[in-house]
Amino acid sequence: MFYIYCPYCGEHREESEFRPKGQAHIMRPKDPESCSDEEWADYLFFRDNPKGVHHEMWVHATGCRKFFNMTRDTVSYEILEVYKMGEQPKITAASRVVGGEK
Amino acid sequence: MSNVAVFDQNAGMGVLAESPLAHVSGVKGGHTPGVVIREKAFLGYLTLRGNSEDVSFQDGVKQALGMPLPTEPMRLHQNQHKASSIQWLSPDEWLIVVQGGTEYETEMALRAELTGHFAVVNISGGQTLLTLSGSAALEVLHKSTVYDVHPRNFPVGKAVATTFAKATAIIRRPTEDTWELIVRRSFADYCYRWLIDASQEFGVDYE
Repeated sequence: MFYIYCPYCGEHREESEFRPKGQAHIMRPKDPESCSDEEWADYLFFRDNPKGVHHEMWVHATGCRKFFNMTRDTVSYEILEVYKMGEQPKITAASRVVGGEK
Repeated sequence: MSNVAVFDQNAGMGVLAESPLAHVSGVKGGHTPGVVIREKAFLGYLTLRGNSEDVSFQDGVKQALGMPLPTEPMRLHQNQHKASSIQWLSPDEWLIVVQGGTEYETEMALRAELTGHFAVVNISGGQTLLTLSGSAALEVLHKSTVYDVHPRNFPVGKAVATTFAKATAIIRRPTEDTWELIVRRSFADYCYRWLIDASQEFGVDYE
């Protein structure tokens, strides 16, 4: 079980209050009309499946019902950071390698 | 005054209203029941949305309700007579609970005071409120919810939306020894049965 910090409620809550909503930071193409089929399909269907640092969207479904982002290690399941919508992650796969944490 | 079509959704005394727990019969728990459960049916509920950092919005809410807008997470404010309350639901959403029949005038008071980007929606009838008291009320909550309801984490004046049994509910602590549960109308029967079952070992009184 995760014990997740909700950045809006300002508290740690049980995982059962949350729902995972997939990969974070997926940008809708600015001009869908001029997208190639490949670009559009990539936007719609294709998601990263990294081993290690992953940025995900979660929603506090039974609490404040706000979406937020989470950086999580898919190997250890460790939650590395939680940040609000519109913010950028401080911890990325690149920063972890350079920082020599692992 | 906001330019929105509104009407009094309360049909009045002439139309029979039925609580979602109208069908359940009472349970008697002997002389000293550990848990006393009561339903406060037919209260008025409004959801309010707006920008909590907007000072005119805060002032308007205080003017209309006589209670300050809770801007800190999970805070519950009650008026002097504890007859109405406003609680924080999310950074831009609040739940207002008033006495049944006064929800329309509350909505109109808010609409008269507030300007700009806001929303007031009457959601009365969509949920019901159960109060839990008695020496074992806390024990029953411990059994029923994943949230930490220990008094050190749940002081008076806190209100939390969380999972209760396998449903969702709002758990509130308006006074030292009373707990309130706001459950969805469609989950009221389930939550009631859960509560009766969970309270059985302590002795339960419901009417």
